Amino acid sequence: MSEGVETVAGVSGDAPPAVALKAITKVFGLVRANDAVDLNVPQGTIHGIIGENGAGKSTLVSILSGHYRADEGEITLFGEPVKLNTSADAIAQGIGMVHQHFMLVPNFTVLENLMLGLAQTKLLASSREMVRDKLNHLIAAYGLEVDADAVVERLPVGFQQRVEIIKALIGGGRILILDEPTGVLTPDETDQMFESLRILKAQGVTVILITHKLREIMAITDNVSVMRHGKMVAHRKTAETSREELAELMVGRAVEAVRNDATVSAGEVVMDVRGVSLRDEAGTLRLKDVSLELRAGEIVGIAGVAGNGQSELLAVLSAMRAPNQGEIRVGGRTISAKTPADPRDMRHLGVAHVPEDRHREGLVLPFHMSENAVLGYLRHARSGRRWFIKKGRMEDRCADLMGAFDVRPPDPRLRANNFSGGNQQKLVMAREHGAEPKVLLVGQPTRGVDIGAIEFIHRQLLALRDRGCAILVVSVELDEIMALSDRIIAMNAGRIVGEVPGKGADRQEVGLMMAGVGKGAITSERAAS
Amino acid sequence: MKRAPLPRWVDLALIPFLNLVMALAVAGVVVALVGENPIRAMKVMIDGAFVYPGSLGYTLYYTTNFIFTGLAVAVAFQARLFNIGGEGQAAMGGLGAALICLGLDPYIPGILVIPIAIAAAAFFGAAWAFLPGFLQATRGSHVVITTIMFNFIAAGILVTLLTGPLIEPGQSTPQTRDIAPDATLPKIHEIARALGFDMASSPLNISIIVAVLACVGVWLLIWRTPLGYRMRTLGQSEPAAVYSGVAVKRTIVVVMCISGGLAGLMAINDVMGAQEKLLINFTAGYGFTGIAVALMGRSHPVGIVLASLLFGALYQGGAELSFEFSTIDRDMVLVIQGLIILFSGALAYMLETPLGRLFQPRRATAGA
Amino acid sequence: MLDGSFSAIWLDAMQIGSSTLRLATPLILCAMAGLFSERAGVVDIGLEGKLLMGAFAAAAVASLSGSPWAGLIAAIGAGMAMALLHGFATITHRGDQIVSGVAINILAAGFTIVLGIALFSQGGQSPPLAREERFGPIDLPFAEAWASVPYLGPFYETFLSGHNLLVYVALLAVPISAFVLFATAFGLRIRAVGEAPEAVDSAGYSVAWLRYRAVIIAGVLCGVAGAYLSIAHGGGFVRDMSAGKGYIALAALIFGKWQPVPTLFACLLFGALESSAARLSNVEIPFIGEIPIDVILIAPYVLTVVLLAGFFGRATPPRALSVPYVKDR
Repeated sequence: MSEGVETVAGVSGDAPPAVALKAITKVFGLVRANDAVDLNVPQGTIHGIIGENGAGKSTLVSILSGHYRADEGEITLFGEPVKLNTSADAIAQGIGMVHQHFMLVPNFTVLENLMLGLAQTKLLASSREMVRDKLNHLIAAYGLEVDADAVVERLPVGFQQRVEIIKALIGGGRILILDEPTGVLTPDETDQMFESLRILKAQGVTVILITHKLREIMAITDNVSVMRHGKMVAHRKTAETSREELAELMVGRAVEAVRNDATVSAGEVVMDVRGVSLRDEAGTLRLKDVSLELRAGEIVGIAGVAGNGQSELLAVLSAMRAPNQGEIRVGGRTISAKTPADPRDMRHLGVAHVPEDRHREGLVLPFHMSENAVLGYLRHARSGRRWFIKKGRMEDRCADLMGAFDVRPPDPRLRANNFSGGNQQKLVMAREHGAEPKVLLVGQPTRGVDIGAIEFIHRQLLALRDRGCAILVVSVELDEIMALSDRIIAMNAGRIVGEVPGKGADRQEVGLMMAGVGKGAITSERAAS
Repeated sequence: MKRAPLPRWVDLALIPFLNLVMALAVAGVVVALVGENPIRAMKVMIDGAFVYPGSLGYTLYYTTNFIFTGLAVAVAFQARLFNIGGEGQAAMGGLGAALICLGLDPYIPGILVIPIAIAAAAFFGAAWAFLPGFLQATRGSHVVITTIMFNFIAAGILVTLLTGPLIEPGQSTPQTRDIAPDATLPKIHEIARALGFDMASSPLNISIIVAVLACVGVWLLIWRTPLGYRMRTLGQSEPAAVYSGVAVKRTIVVVMCISGGLAGLMAINDVMGAQEKLLINFTAGYGFTGIAVALMGRSHPVGIVLASLLFGALYQGGAELSFEFSTIDRDMVLVIQGLIILFSGALAYMLETPLGRLFQPRRATAGA
Repeated sequence: MLDGSFSAIWLDAMQIGSSTLRLATPLILCAMAGLFSERAGVVDIGLEGKLLMGAFAAAAVASLSGSPWAGLIAAIGAGMAMALLHGFATITHRGDQIVSGVAINILAAGFTIVLGIALFSQGGQSPPLAREERFGPIDLPFAEAWASVPYLGPFYETFLSGHNLLVYVALLAVPISAFVLFATAFGLRIRAVGEAPEAVDSAGYSVAWLRYRAVIIAGVLCGVAGAYLSIAHGGGFVRDMSAGKGYIALAALIFGKWQPVPTLFACLLFGALESSAARLSNVEIPFIGEIPIDVILIAPYVLTVVLLAGFFGRATPPRALSVPYVKDR
């Protein structure tokens, strides 16, 4: 069917590499996103590219998929030099791309989505059967089972991703590029996808996997390349390297992660969540009977794959959404469906919130930093007469916060979108810390933040905990949860599926709970051993 | 990806100026195509707007209209709501003012009728914007479409009333009777003459003072009050507004009502000032001109005053065109208005990129 | 006797239907224009302006050349020119689609009058057009012969036959639009680009070019609608002759939930309201009295608001509608 299969025999020592990049350079403004990048991907292998946020991985694959044009450098595919000026060029060369955010038309069927990508006749009727045939061949060859007539938006995420992979291969793709493919998958779905990748590899397809997760690199790749600050800093055979070495290569120095080693004696319960359930607008149950307690002076980490109810939990606890059932007791007040609160009330009750998405929620990017410094805390900006807000007061407040959290540059009159991710997050942290909260809700504290800022933010969270604040941390980075938490609670499909003490927690056990398998309680003997 | 912002003077002065130049240049080409001399047309318009006796009064009279409708659009813009309904809201404002004036002027002194009528104009305008705002907030109906629809509905209501219950008895022109003189807004030339200055007659009346006060009020509202802060937060990022505790639905409704109230106030200039009665179609497209004014004035009260002055001059100067030329008349102003909306609104980013490159500071991003 | 009065009512109904068809024609053409544009993700409140420009160009060129066909071509050209302007602002420069539409409507209002005065010196009107400068009524075959056939005769002779060419073009535009959008690869991509442009981009097609083509088709259809107003239905151009029809077409498109056939019915409904408004004016209706003509004329707007409020089931616009496509995140 596709040329991809015919090349199976060619996987020998002297076959030209499927992809060879030489001195690829791409400059955006003053930033060298890719700086003389070299890469060799042998045919029929799975090749990992790893690096921190902003290391240039996405730019590199965008060049390879024809989305961006490289300023300099050469691309050679299967020994032949090519020019990839558009997505169409890349597709014609057999490069299939699976993006981090799906490139599917949600209200089209699987078949319609596939037809969109295929060169075809002018009328749909005649190409429909042709595409269906191709799909069936693909299902037979690679085991990528999917219902051709299902509407994409009604498929589970794992299947949507499968459609993306089929899309990438159905036109004769020989090289499959996956950009951070596991972020939205459950561990189970991830395993299934890796299984599919192994079959594809066995059939001669070359796979390039972009990720920042070391575990995935170790689990499935044959070779790995490490990027840092736009440069390719190392190439390794996966079998001959270690996670520690790769981590060091990624960051550029030995990583000394902050760890929560103190044994704390948690104080009284400051937030009590009882049987909370939440439905979304479509009526789907997003939170099911969630109960937990937050005590003064402890950090509770919520572990879970993205989309398992953690975001909704934050939304309910911060009163951005009212629960459908259950109640939250905090500061002498009871919040429920009948007695809802709004985020302003919560701040008055001493509940501060660092939201998951600082660009959309935590900051107003076009606003000055001084205005952002009082977002949600307008009382810090009001003048003596309650009707008006004062610029000077906002700027003073902002300068204080910037000083306390080392936000650079410390200029309240700059707009938020002129700051780096780390400095933006520091300002949000500073603002919420500055309210001296009794409870701090934190979503993805270090997403898109550079290593230096991660350390700083972690230390500040521990310090706030030591001052007696109850902190709830939601993060998709299990390592972060493991490092910070006094207690770890795992969520799956909107439920709390288990709890273990943070100290000595076993990563595999937490992973199993996240997958909805394990139940808490089994912890003690393992912690002892 | 992160582009440094343009210097303030470029953003606030140079870009609007260049947009105006481009609009006038294209309009000039049209004038030339039609076979007239664009420079001469320009001179006629400037003379007509500022030089001829009484012309300044007319110019400022139009300016008053545009300040109100421009502020109305700008306030809504701050919350990223596009109120195209200024026309209908002004029409309803006129209805409100007229109903109060006609209903009360036989019974209570004009000095008392006037403030009630002004409040009624604002109230009726706000009420006409309330439903689009409410539907946007609670049902997600797009405010652009609903306000367009409400313009037509308002026009229909006004026609129905002015050809029926409100028509001056014994007349066939669709308009009301005259408002009692003491319940109308004093004209500026009357005040000037009373004070002993000589001044040519014009429809300019004390509405312009209300307009200037409205500018100050809007400035305070947007940049100095918690409500203004919340409006702007909502306008820039709805998720951030929700996060920070802004009552989104209520704010949308309130903003639309403020916007509609400002548009409604436009009516006092015409109904209580210039015409001293309610006429059909008295809004004459001023509501739409408000869009051009707000875009050109960058939704800032100072910019709106300047842009209103420009459009006031264009309208008044444009009226002179038909006296001087056989082939062009004041509808040329509509062309200029459309071009200004095009250049300073729809093509707003066209200049930003090249100017951004020109004025890009050496250091691209702060911190990082 | 019963039969006789019934057939009289039938004939009456056919006459109302016929006038409905004539009044709905510009709405249908404009709504199909909006369908293409908005299905591709470009809001088109500039229908009104394109319609007006088309009407002016048609009348001006028909009057100067003496040929309705030249007028039609000019109208299409004018509609396309405005559409390209809209595309340039919103697709190339990613400007606000609503602002651009407002600009086009105001520009058209000004341009048509300025050019009209310059060309004809009649206060913005075109000279009245002679019969051979317009599209005249077409009698379908055997219309007269079959007129006496009960029921079917009036249906054929009164309702279907005797319209000008552009009425039939409008009626054909609906199935053709539906076919193009739902049965061709081009239509699939147009719909995809209005839902998820990034998917189309990653599949190797140009989002901008697809949207340009959709917007140009909209311009062509609006041009035809304009020609209908001034050189087919009407006998010349008068200022502001579009009179809100572009907005009503937009309302019909929303009312029809961005689907061709329901949109057609919405146009026919609004056309029927307009045609009945003329008949109902000054007619006493029991218990209600005389309905002012203006109340009937604003009915489409009220209906649209009620629909938008979600009382007739929610209309879901194309997902990427009004969102400019930015390639680099």
